[in-house]
Amino acid sequence: MDSFRDKLIPVTTILAGVVVLWYVFAVILNAPFQRDMDSRANATPGTMEFVGKTLSQPKPTMPAPHQVAVNFFENTFLRPINSNRSLVYNAWVTLSSTLLGFAFGTALGIVIAVGIVHVATLDRSLMPWIIASQTIPILAVAPMIIVVLAAVGITGLVPKAMISTYLSFFPVTVGMVKGLRSPEIMHLDLMHTYNASRAQTFWKLRVPASVPFLFTSMKVAVAASLVGAIVGELPTGAVAGIGAKLLAGAYYSQSIDIWSALVAGSIVAALLVMVVGVAGRLVDRAMGGRPA
Amino acid sequence: MNWLKPSWQGVLAIALCVVAVVLGAMSKPEAAALADTAASAAYPYHATKLLMMGLVVVAALVSMIRIAPLIEAGVLFVGAHLTAWLLISGIGGFEGTALAPYYLLLAAAWLLGWRCVAVLSDIRPAHKGSRTALRLVIPAIFGAWILIIWEAVTRGAGIPFILLPPPSAIGARFANSLPILGADVRQTILKAVLFGYIVGSGAGFITAILADRVPFLRRGLLPIGNMVSALPIIGVAPIMVMWFGFDWQSKAAVVIIMTFFPMLVNTVAGLAASGHMERDLMRTYASGYWPTLVKLRLPAAAPFIFNALKINSTLALIGAIVAEFFGTPVVGMGFRISTEVGRMNIDMVWAEIAVAALAGSVFYGVVALVERAVTFWHPSVRGG
Repeated sequence: MDSFRDKLIPVTTILAGVVVLWYVFAVILNAPFQRDMDSRANATPGTMEFVGKTLSQPKPTMPAPHQVAVNFFENTFLRPINSNRSLVYNAWVTLSSTLLGFAFGTALGIVIAVGIVHVATLDRSLMPWIIASQTIPILAVAPMIIVVLAAVGITGLVPKAMISTYLSFFPVTVGMVKGLRSPEIMHLDLMHTYNASRAQTFWKLRVPASVPFLFTSMKVAVAASLVGAIVGELPTGAVAGIGAKLLAGAYYSQSIDIWSALVAGSIVAALLVMVVGVAGRLVDRAMGGRPA
Repeated sequence: MNWLKPSWQGVLAIALCVVAVVLGAMSKPEAAALADTAASAAYPYHATKLLMMGLVVVAALVSMIRIAPLIEAGVLFVGAHLTAWLLISGIGGFEGTALAPYYLLLAAAWLLGWRCVAVLSDIRPAHKGSRTALRLVIPAIFGAWILIIWEAVTRGAGIPFILLPPPSAIGARFANSLPILGADVRQTILKAVLFGYIVGSGAGFITAILADRVPFLRRGLLPIGNMVSALPIIGVAPIMVMWFGFDWQSKAAVVIIMTFFPMLVNTVAGLAASGHMERDLMRTYASGYWPTLVKLRLPAAAPFIFNALKINSTLALIGAIVAEFFGTPVVGMGFRISTEVGRMNIDMVWAEIAVAALAGSVFYGVVALVERAVTFWHPSVRGG
């Protein structure tokens, strides 16, 4: 009951406030265009009628929440799933490259982290570059990767997944290096007194100790991976995917479409992070972790 | 045998050289010249082939003698990089004709470079200055080898320019188009990024203080802020372009939205970081909310706030560049990247990426320096 009072009420209150503010802003932002339309049509609507009209424009500057909701519902549940306009289809396109890139990125990140922890040369020479690379706007490379790979004949899933891989392996590497180094000296000494080999220390001490770090960084990585997939869809000329929906919406000023694509992307992101979180908790419990 | 300490890198490097000698010709023109001795065709490495192999073998052998590590590293450094330089400069004019021994020699030189880094990372100097120097030199050699291998492979294999231009071409393009790059930086970074960064971070900070004052707001905002940080906020870019037009204002708006939430979440976390003891002490001094905030809680929150500022420095650049993919005036880094990709001027794209990387590092570095100056009391800065 405590969590209900501590979290749910404030969160819903603030969300409700956001929705109300959204409506207010929708009216304010759409009003100039509506006034323009009315004066051209020589219409003199009353205040309520005017507000109603601002909230039901076909291409509003700021779509009202219910317009987005209706559009989202139509494009999600009413269209056949294999239709080009279905949000489920577009979300699936983005999701598939996100997942592929995320899987590669996580694997690559873990491998590099293991290398860094075990080879002193790599630690001193590669680690500074990995940290420095986080300060670089990597996403700027995305269009080039797509176009260059398309020039070689590689199109479709792989180039987008490569961008996702690129974005998601940094957090995993950094988190895993931290995690694999997290065992205390005491524990390492204990393994030493057991005459454990390097491999045994690795599998029986370092890997279990690193699991919480892995899942924390995987949450960051999966979100980054989705962003990579969405941005990776921008230069392909709007074929399919959430990024393509955004771009097409921007080209044709279909603001409602942009917003509902955004909602779809957010839902996918929230689901992905949630799945990783749940997987983390399950693994934790399977390994014998007790809730603190 | 006490004076000998074999390393696998050195042995392998010598072995690669031997294989290279056995295989013979290093490039196609040389193979043609060897097949037809009567014709006197020009070919690369006419004079330097033996010199390069000699360099590798001598450097590898010297490195396996038990000598001072610093001398060993020096010998390896000179051997590896001189060989690489001879390899790269020799292929000039004969791009794309390299045969297997070329790559074998490159690999041998790289192994020497690796050995050099390995020797250097085993050195534990007592002096603090030399330790810092070593910490810079080791990654620098590693980075240099990425560039060397990139250059040697793209030129040796004759990889098409549109696929991957060699670093030297990118450098030349960079130097030739400084005015364009400068204009892009002014548009994207000095206008959109800086404005958005300051306003976004400032708004996040003020909201965090507000949320700290009103617990109800904090309980409601924190879960939302945490969730939003996982969302692809970059997707608001087309909306902002629609609202604020093509110029830098729309990019600044994207940057504001992207930098707001990390600042909010981190500052709220930081404001909770001061200990009970210190807060109790302030209470015994009869210090009110604001003096406590300014004198105790904000300084205690500084590491968190700077963490957010660091995260935001990268996010701001990404936001501004990606927002430019959705439409800009004909200047700006994101605009340049997307149009030059379309025109297949890949070297220009790489030059722009180099600028972005440089700007990102400088931005981050400035924030880190300010952090060191402000949080001089923190254990991580003091070297506790």
